[in-house]
Amino acid sequence: MSVQDRYISLVAACTLLGASLSLPAEQTSEEAIAEYHAMFGDENPAELWQLRGEELWKTPRGSRQVSLEACDLGKGPGVIAGAYAELPRWFEDTGKVQDLESRLVTCMTNLQGLPESEVLAVKFGDGEQKSELEAITAYVAAASRGSRITIPLDHAAEKAAYALGESVFFYRAGPHDFACATCHSESGKRIRLQTLPQLTTSEGAQAAYTRWPAYRVSQGELRTMEWRLQDCLRQQRLPQLTYGSDVAIGLTMYLARNANGGEMAAPSIKR
Amino acid sequence: MNSSFRVTALLLCMGPLVSVLAEPVPDLTATLKAAFTDKRQATLDRLDQDETQKLCTQLRDQVPTSELSQKITRMNLATVKPPADGKYLGDWKAGEVVASTGTGLQSSDDPAKPNGGNCYACHELAPTEMAYGTLGPSLKHYGKLRGQDPAVLAYAWSMVYNSNSYAPCSNMPRFGHRGILTEQQMKDVMAYLFDAASPVNQ
Amino acid sequence: MPDPMRIRAVMMGDVVDVKILMSHVMETGQRKNADGDLVPAHYITEVTATCKGKTVMKAGWGPSVSKNPYFSFRFKGGAKGDKLSITWKDTAGGTRTDEVTIN
Repeated sequence: MSVQDRYISLVAACTLLGASLSLPAEQTSEEAIAEYHAMFGDENPAELWQLRGEELWKTPRGSRQVSLEACDLGKGPGVIAGAYAELPRWFEDTGKVQDLESRLVTCMTNLQGLPESEVLAVKFGDGEQKSELEAITAYVAAASRGSRITIPLDHAAEKAAYALGESVFFYRAGPHDFACATCHSESGKRIRLQTLPQLTTSEGAQAAYTRWPAYRVSQGELRTMEWRLQDCLRQQRLPQLTYGSDVAIGLTMYLARNANGGEMAAPSIKR
Repeated sequence: MNSSFRVTALLLCMGPLVSVLAEPVPDLTATLKAAFTDKRQATLDRLDQDETQKLCTQLRDQVPTSELSQKITRMNLATVKPPADGKYLGDWKAGEVVASTGTGLQSSDDPAKPNGGNCYACHELAPTEMAYGTLGPSLKHYGKLRGQDPAVLAYAWSMVYNSNSYAPCSNMPRFGHRGILTEQQMKDVMAYLFDAASPVNQ
Repeated sequence: MPDPMRIRAVMMGDVVDVKILMSHVMETGQRKNADGDLVPAHYITEVTATCKGKTVMKAGWGPSVSKNPYFSFRFKGGAKGDKLSITWKDTAGGTRTDEVTIN
């Protein structure tokens, strides 16, 4: 053993999830996650997605061999600082209200000339299968860290998207009669030990919305709002929500507008 | 004042605090169906609403009048079928499994496995289980506090079978009416609530 | 080609504080996929840190380390401007090396 070896202190946070998140009775899941997070310091594996996303953003690709640096996310071509905090929004060129993910699909197909089937092939990563959309979303969202959510809801189509999202939020269906509102319209409630944000209030929506995308420790994956919505609806026993659909964007608009004024803190790290 | 006006007035005060008041979306079911696809057992017909779901969606779960409340409870009480053999209580140990199991009917679940009741997601039951949710009331010492009078058993059965028989627009699934749990599973859950030996009553 | 590591190496007094994020599936060989089939083991077995031609840290890892591991250690003997190189090797013969400058 060399002299240097003796000075090595290992702060390995690479324990099994089960071991690090086993809950003493009085500890809430938030406290357990905060403790787990503290072991990481400021580190978040989401950075691995941000790095990959940055490379994808800057690399010329597709039939036109251009990068995404001319992609307009609403604040002008190539402007990513603060862009995520102002989405979803109305886009003149597509004549649609778009969230970040659907806007990226537009840029990758129209601007870069990548086939849509290729762009949408892996919407959500799973181990070896990596999602470009998740990585780029992480990179772009990180550039809004510290920005205030600003959803003015000026355009009629933005208002309509909000109205659709709000209606879907309260829509009860499926064998269990669940709506989003079943779990997310009261304050201070939990499912098992998991605290539920009251998404109908500014405070609750801000707490939730400002922290997506997030690295999900239990899955070892970075997840975006599109994933979050699909997975909530899966738990509601409903069929598969289509990625980038008007309902997905409507729900995102409902949450984003309710979170108006909140300070973006994503990608975050979650259970 | 007619009742529809009162409904509207109540919705205005109970609506989301930050809401930009939304226009109702016409033909929401069709809009939803266009934005979803079948995934294994979770098929598009699950987006169709029955009368109770329609009413509770319109009311955003806030039932404003006794008329409407009675309409919903009457309609749902009529669906409740008592156990075929007249016995409400099954095996509390099997009931504990039903109460603790959260899977069933999701697109990701194995349809060959029995559905769970997932009671612990929302209710406190056995005092020894710390990981319980709070969306529903605590059911700790349920049988110990109430005894086993036939009326008490019939009421609890009715709540498990179809929560809307007494609680209009409840957050609780209608386990028997919607075919989530079998009669035997519901009897077992009843035993978990009422049996003197069940951890719920310790 | 495995994804790059995220490495930070900062002087804290006379000690170099190193923080590394690695992108790796870390399959234990005991997990089953949706079809019920075992997913073959694929995890990092060895991590080495080299500074000025010397191995300053060597770690033997197993299947109990989480997916996308975060790893942190400190060593003496490094200085601002030195290069620090990190290498991992896995069970599938995969390897990745990344280098940073200590600051």
